[in-house]
Amino acid sequence: MSEKKPKIGVYVCHCGSNIAGMVDVEAVRDWAQAALGQDGVVVSRDYKFMCSSLGQELIEKDIQELGLERVVVAACSPHLHEKTFRTASERAGLNPYLTELVSIREQVSWVHTDKQVATEKSKALVSGAVHRVAYNTELQPLKVPINPNTLVVGGGIAGIQAALEIANAGFHVYLVEREPSIGGHMAQFDKTFPTLDCSACILTPRMVEAGTHPNITLLTWSEVISVSGYVGNFNVTIKKKARYVNEELCTGCGICVEKCPQKVIDDVYEAGLGYRKVIYTPFAQAVPKYPVLDRPNCTFFKNGKCKACEKFCPTNAIDFTQEDQYLNVEVGNIILATGYDLFDARRVTNYGYGRLPNVFTSLEFERMSNAAGPTGGEITLRDGKTKPETVGIIHCVGSRDKNFNNYCSSICCMQSLKFAHLVKERTGATVYEFYIDMRTPMKAYDEFYQRVLEEGTLFVRGKVAEVTNATHGPHEKGKLIIQVEDTLVGKQRRIPVDMVILSVGMEPRHDAKQVGQMFGISCSSDGWYIERHPKLDPVTTMTEGILIAGCASGPKDIPASVAQGAAAAARVLDKILQKEVELEPIRATVDESKCSGCRICNNLCPFNAISFLDDVGVTRINPALCQGCGTCVAACPAGAISGTGFSNEQIFAQIEGLLMGV
Amino acid sequence: MTDSFEPVIVGFTCNWCSYRAADAAGTARMKYAPNVRLIRLMCSGRLDPTFVMKALASGADGVLITGCHPGDCHYIDQNYKALRRFLLLRRTLKGLGVEPERIKLVWASAAEGLKLTNEINAFVEEIRALGPLHWPKWDSNGHTAEKQPILEVTA
Repeated sequence: MSEKKPKIGVYVCHCGSNIAGMVDVEAVRDWAQAALGQDGVVVSRDYKFMCSSLGQELIEKDIQELGLERVVVAACSPHLHEKTFRTASERAGLNPYLTELVSIREQVSWVHTDKQVATEKSKALVSGAVHRVAYNTELQPLKVPINPNTLVVGGGIAGIQAALEIANAGFHVYLVEREPSIGGHMAQFDKTFPTLDCSACILTPRMVEAGTHPNITLLTWSEVISVSGYVGNFNVTIKKKARYVNEELCTGCGICVEKCPQKVIDDVYEAGLGYRKVIYTPFAQAVPKYPVLDRPNCTFFKNGKCKACEKFCPTNAIDFTQEDQYLNVEVGNIILATGYDLFDARRVTNYGYGRLPNVFTSLEFERMSNAAGPTGGEITLRDGKTKPETVGIIHCVGSRDKNFNNYCSSICCMQSLKFAHLVKERTGATVYEFYIDMRTPMKAYDEFYQRVLEEGTLFVRGKVAEVTNATHGPHEKGKLIIQVEDTLVGKQRRIPVDMVILSVGMEPRHDAKQVGQMFGISCSSDGWYIERHPKLDPVTTMTEGILIAGCASGPKDIPASVAQGAAAAARVLDKILQKEVELEPIRATVDESKCSGCRICNNLCPFNAISFLDDVGVTRINPALCQGCGTCVAACPAGAISGTGFSNEQIFAQIEGLLMGV
Repeated sequence: MTDSFEPVIVGFTCNWCSYRAADAAGTARMKYAPNVRLIRLMCSGRLDPTFVMKALASGADGVLITGCHPGDCHYIDQNYKALRRFLLLRRTLKGLGVEPERIKLVWASAAEGLKLTNEINAFVEEIRALGPLHWPKWDSNGHTAEKQPILEVTA
């Protein structure tokens, strides 16, 4: 380690007062120049905002005039500005990988409270980077071609939008949906707030367009079961579950559904309120039109008799021998628009859902108010006949509640207002809304709230304690009693109603974590997928090539989901049009002259990038498959494997630097 | 030891989870003890055990190893390899007469800034209780120069 030290420049950022408020920036600057001079530091400067164009020019000028060979910038997290400074270095003719960013904001000034200690820690971190950067080597980004095909997982409105945008731009999309039809939750709704347009009327044309688009391969009743590869070159296996209907022959006439003698409760589409046949399409406008046979409930599969569907099918499309198919597709980018699950209202036992018949969930109400729903749009009590005279709508069920979910589900206020309007319009009933806070922030939302207020809906501000059928006298007989503290009046109230609607919140999909693991992305503590940046990069993830849209990353309404679907599509198109993608050149390589052929590394690689060359008795790493984790580097007993960007020399030097003077 | 002992801890973080947890802690202005100095690796699987030995030999009183939760590894399962190496390292340290508690493994996802903060604070106190790490002083013959028990830690 006695070779000539490269010339290093150190740049310390104030970040306004973000860093300078807690770190003595000038002291760090002077210390770097004085104490690290022997380690190659030839210039050390501070600046108010290093990331500004003037700050970057400062670095570029020094590279050119002082002949700097390495740059260390002490500022914010490399995840924020590493690219900024590496690009600045590159502009001045220095290989970008010879520049290191030290986080003295996220790791020092923002998390510590003693200025002197914070300053000392900043010096140590700068010293670590200065020692490390001397061993950085020039690297060239790896360029790989982008497969122009895209996989969209989830055929709700966000996924449909994303698929259509990409398909309309002329590129191929595989749209995979777990259910028999695309449409998602939006297909279950009757009206949409705040305009009250009919959900099916605005959704159906999009579904049809997605179903018939020449650039979209629609795979419903299908699930992704494995994903391998990396951005630009993913290999995806999709399980196409057996429909028992030959899609080539089926015309979607619906005779099989009509003739099927077996009915079961539809827990999915009708939220348990209605029935469907065993061979079915979930709803009239379903896309694709081909029905699905529900094998576990089918009389033929259970008893070996029936086959009514087969007998009556005019095109012989029923095929009881059909089996699950496994399709392999290659795609360059993947958009996850996997949506949400509804909060299970049974968990709030004091609201009585599942125990008190006339307590409904919001989804049940949606189906009930839908003209194509199980009651033909009639709003009735659980008996299917009686019209309610008084209805209570409870907000925030499972949301904004420390016992369940802390977050606001964002759509329930508006949804509840819509329910109040529909109940009044269809039944003339008295409607109470029980809310904690009213949240109507988007375009024309508050106007809708004003409208519902003017229609005479009664608003009670307070979190409902209990819904009970234990009455306190004849005036409450046969009613459900809502016990609530009216916080505006400051009194406990008991409000008798005929029907209760629970505005249940949204939850991450029950299998969001497993699905996330399959695609290599992670969930927040609430279980929603984490975006790369919550404000500036809401549709990409930490994993290149995997994007998220709609409620997969958190509760959203329809306009926001559509916007995210389109945004994700734009990001994918940007990648496709570039034709190739640059990958970080962080890769492991084997020095074959040092490799002893022990093969310890051979079984470590999760990407099968390591192979053993029997003829020469050494191991080799395929740089196209290597993802740069470094596990094999750490394992090699001969030190024959080195990891670019994170070499042993770099890390050892950084440790020494960090601990200088300790 | 006197009350003025401030432990120095080197922390190894994974680029995908714990380093971002540290970012998240910073963005949310969570406060933690300033005794930890972090090094970013691409994966906890990159943690060569010699990094830990090097840190302890260079003056660190403890080493914090952080990675993605089991099952969440960005590289599928390399954090399990970090776990294996961690367990071996603890045995090795014990063999060398160093308290194995001087190294700690923490799983922290990118969303767990608060968890990382709490773990750092707890670890600093654990190391403070252990006191400074005294390596034996070796002479050129490979013998300890001092006759005192090498690794007795005075409270």
